[in-house]
Amino acid sequence: MSSATETLKHDAHDDHHHGPAKGIKRWLLTTNHKDIGTLYLWFSFIMFLTGGAMAMVIRAELFQPGLQIVDPQFFNQMTTVHGLIMVFGAVMPAFTGLANWLIPMMIGAPDMALPRMNNWSFWILPFAFLILLSSLFVEGGGPAFGWTFYAPLSTTYSGDSTALFVFSVHIMGISSIMGAINVIVTIWNMRAPGMTWMKMPMFVWTWLITAFLLIAVMPVLAGVVTMVLTDKYFGTSFFNAAGGGDPVMFQHIFWFFGHPEVYIMILPAFGIISHIIPTFARKPLFGYASMVYATASIALLSFIVWAHHMFTTGMPVAAEMFFMFATMLISVPTGVKVFNWVATMWRGAMTFEIPMLFAIAFVILFTIGGLSGLMLAITPVDFQYHDTYFVVAHFHYVLVTGAVFSIMAAAYYWLPKWTGVMFDITLAKWHFWASLISVNVLFFPMHFVGLAGMPRRIPDYALQFADFNKWISIGGFAFGLSQLIFLALLIKACRKQGEPVSDQVWDGAEGLEWEIPSPAPYHTFDTPPVVK
Amino acid sequence: MQPKQSQNPNSRLVVKLVGVVFGMFAFGFALVPLYDVFCDITGINGKTNETAVTYSAPEVDTSRMITVQFITKTTAGMPWKFEARTETVKVHPGELNTVEFYVRNPAIRDIVGQAIPSVSPGTAALYLNKTECFCFNNQPLPSGQEAVMPMQFYVDPQLPEDINFFTVQYTLYDITGTSADVTTESAE
Repeated sequence: MSSATETLKHDAHDDHHHGPAKGIKRWLLTTNHKDIGTLYLWFSFIMFLTGGAMAMVIRAELFQPGLQIVDPQFFNQMTTVHGLIMVFGAVMPAFTGLANWLIPMMIGAPDMALPRMNNWSFWILPFAFLILLSSLFVEGGGPAFGWTFYAPLSTTYSGDSTALFVFSVHIMGISSIMGAINVIVTIWNMRAPGMTWMKMPMFVWTWLITAFLLIAVMPVLAGVVTMVLTDKYFGTSFFNAAGGGDPVMFQHIFWFFGHPEVYIMILPAFGIISHIIPTFARKPLFGYASMVYATASIALLSFIVWAHHMFTTGMPVAAEMFFMFATMLISVPTGVKVFNWVATMWRGAMTFEIPMLFAIAFVILFTIGGLSGLMLAITPVDFQYHDTYFVVAHFHYVLVTGAVFSIMAAAYYWLPKWTGVMFDITLAKWHFWASLISVNVLFFPMHFVGLAGMPRRIPDYALQFADFNKWISIGGFAFGLSQLIFLALLIKACRKQGEPVSDQVWDGAEGLEWEIPSPAPYHTFDTPPVVK
Repeated sequence: MQPKQSQNPNSRLVVKLVGVVFGMFAFGFALVPLYDVFCDITGINGKTNETAVTYSAPEVDTSRMITVQFITKTTAGMPWKFEARTETVKVHPGELNTVEFYVRNPAIRDIVGQAIPSVSPGTAALYLNKTECFCFNNQPLPSGQEAVMPMQFYVDPQLPEDINFFTVQYTLYDITGTSADVTTESAE
């Protein structure tokens, strides 16, 4: 009995001061927001390389016209799984990882509000992607209907792996919903005394709004994949006209999820950039309040624009007009953000450290992606652009040079705080310049071949597109290889090879996370700081 | 301990947020009937009336001449020969017309077919009133048999001024043995 009390006391004592557990158990059983953040970030990077490898297969096939390397069915599986992995495996978990690491440190909370659920929401993810990747080895191959899994491609004409696809999407959805609930509860209830809503850092604001988008639309995605499952295996007719359903309805339900989803992948990026630019311009963010309202407006508008993905399905003119103008309206709050970033830089004492280079590249290249999006919103011209490489160019500009560049900027910006050492700046410069040049060689010519009529998702193309596609593929291989520099840099930084950094790390950095020691201790803000 | 749990602000917020999640999951499914109702009212997905309407004998508008085109299509795996006997017909709004469709089952098995209509432009669907149509029921056809299926309709005189031509497409599905196939079920 007395020894039991001893153990209990010992445990209670440990609870306050212990560091991380040793070995694999630390990672499997952890409820620490920093550990879980690290797990998310490494997982998303592995998925980024996996999805990238599939993109290399796509670009290798498209290097020359004609069919030479893979058969068309496998090509379709590559485009499908590349999209699914990059959206649900790379970009979304990377933002959740950043949220885990940063939100408690930015609002002065000791941890996330629901640490055990946090552990679950990460650890179900690897299984979701294991299921998705294993579907590629099922007889008949993996999902080949595009990441948008339009009915009847996914219901009538899909292979036996569709059930695996549906279950993996369910698990991914549950993971994101749990992550989003955790973020909302943390921000709602655990802000340090004195941190009012309008004093919250922009990354916290953008993530709060993103989390609300997630809990609003991920359940709709779960619903639509369930309908695909029952249509395919249990004889329902949600999307089957013969049984009274409607295949076009699939697109409405899917894009009701799908359009808010694209803002889920970009709003946290806006938050990141709103931290980095003020730091290296040494000026406070221009128009903080307008940034908050712009983010909220984008989120609200995202629910009423979904049908701009479906202009060619034969909608009445009135509906096309509505969705066209609603979509173009989104460029107003987005423009507010871009001008605020530029105004923050205006007459600032700017220096060009690696995070700032990525942030400036983000502002310029994301704006290119935004402007091509505005072109696509115009209904009459969308009939020409629809399903061409112009669309591929558009969403890769906003997702690669937008979301992915912001994630890299965030990694470079906060990495010294996480590891306590400055990363290898030479490697980082190589990584930035190689990525910047290759990504434009990769995606910019896609605008031209798209406008000239090259269709997306097709493993072969007309001879007139051959030259541009050669350059696109070369850019693709170079961009893929450039990420190995990043991998080397990350491994070096995680092994703590580099100069130790100060608590503030960057000269102009402001915020609670820069007031704690570098590297950030395992437990921070056990007693909440007071925000003035 | 349990009653205290509900006092915890985190638990209360989690319960609300989980409620939102389930609510949105239900909303995803609610979109299905909502979509049908919305399309029924506006007619924008080109679906026509699914049960017969009675001919109300409205005043025939002889000043307008509407061209109605009929096209047919069979889905993958449906072996029937399916064609419209009349490819286009010119009608006055308000007058009752009959057109015929021909089907033959060349397969060595008996097949139950179901035709699904679709009107383009979709807004015309609201003004196409069918008093009799083979698409209201499914069509069992034994192997090697042929049939002529009538369709009787009138165009509502309220048809918008800018529509003088519309197309009715029938897509024929093989529904043998599926849940929509009532004949097989009742036969068993």
